[in-house]
Amino acid sequence: MQPINERALKLGDDSLILGQRLSEWCGHAPMLEVDLALANIALDLIGQATLFLGRAGDPDALAFRRDVLDFRNCLLVEQPNGDFAQTVARLFLFSNWQELMLRDLCSSDEFGDIARKSVKEVAYHARYASEWVVRLGDGTDESRGRMIAGLDWMWRFTPELFEGDAAPLRGEWDARIDAVLGDAGLDRPKDSRPILGGRKGHHSEHLGHLLTEMQFLQRAYPGATW
Amino acid sequence: MVSAQATHEVLEVLRHVPDPEIPVLSVVDLGIVREVRDDAVVITPTYTGCPATLAIEKSIREALDASGHSDMRIETAISPPWTTDWISDEGRAKLRAYGIAPPSKHGARCPQCDSAGVEEVSRFGSTPCKALYRCRDCGEPFDLFKCH
Repeated sequence: MQPINERALKLGDDSLILGQRLSEWCGHAPMLEVDLALANIALDLIGQATLFLGRAGDPDALAFRRDVLDFRNCLLVEQPNGDFAQTVARLFLFSNWQELMLRDLCSSDEFGDIARKSVKEVAYHARYASEWVVRLGDGTDESRGRMIAGLDWMWRFTPELFEGDAAPLRGEWDARIDAVLGDAGLDRPKDSRPILGGRKGHHSEHLGHLLTEMQFLQRAYPGATW
Repeated sequence: MVSAQATHEVLEVLRHVPDPEIPVLSVVDLGIVREVRDDAVVITPTYTGCPATLAIEKSIREALDASGHSDMRIETAISPPWTTDWISDEGRAKLRAYGIAPPSKHGARCPQCDSAGVEEVSRFGSTPCKALYRCRDCGEPFDLFKCH
């Protein structure tokens, strides 16, 4: 048996799990425009996941028939949506990283074709999330407080993004994040002990709950199709 | 020269296959059809997660079969990535007439009154490829086909 393509799994699982998380907002967002935006971003991510997972095997089987320990996504994307500000915080931190990561991947022989297509979409996600960080951070006391709480929740999961090959992206990511936080009048969250392990399959409890919903149909009715 | 004639015929067939989300445009206008070869039609998705992709492939298949080109395969290529630069001039004119502002690098204009005084309401619209805009002059809300 061929060893599974771990790199494709990491890339695909990041997009898949965040796509699933964002789609949980569908029909529940604070306003119609936000509902549309989050659903569209989720669609982009699930499309990317299909392409990346396709390089590791059958994308449907990988999405719907693996258990928690076999997922290789970072912990940040599986974090619960919380309120809208917490969702924005996660998208802001992740999309800015994902855009830089995909930009570097554009020249890869193995994933360049997918990266060149996806990076255009993700640049849009990063801009969208960054604008909301400014709007909420620079808004009312209520929105500002929620934005700070959302960033605080997500911040401890960001060091994992820069493990291994991704370490050189740190400087540029920091500069981007700091620029947006500056515009929003927000301080950078305090660093705490980093929480790692997603890339090795050591996930938080939240991923299991997400999978029970995402995988329900294929678990209950194996092989079911539309 | 038989094959050149055949690919030309196939292209004509595809010019009449509408995009399922924006039926005023054909799959050729939209730049989804990248190449017609002797044995295959090569298509590319607009956005990676565009749910219309499967519907598009199905309508192309049906149109090919109905016109006696059942032997033509459909291949999907994602590289080079689709860009709105591939929307034909005819496609842009059709979009405007339909009430959707075509993609423009020089800023959006209202498809009703042609004013440049427009504002973004939402960066994401009814499909992945559109944003929601409003004209400050005539008050018309409209979709803008985003530059991509």
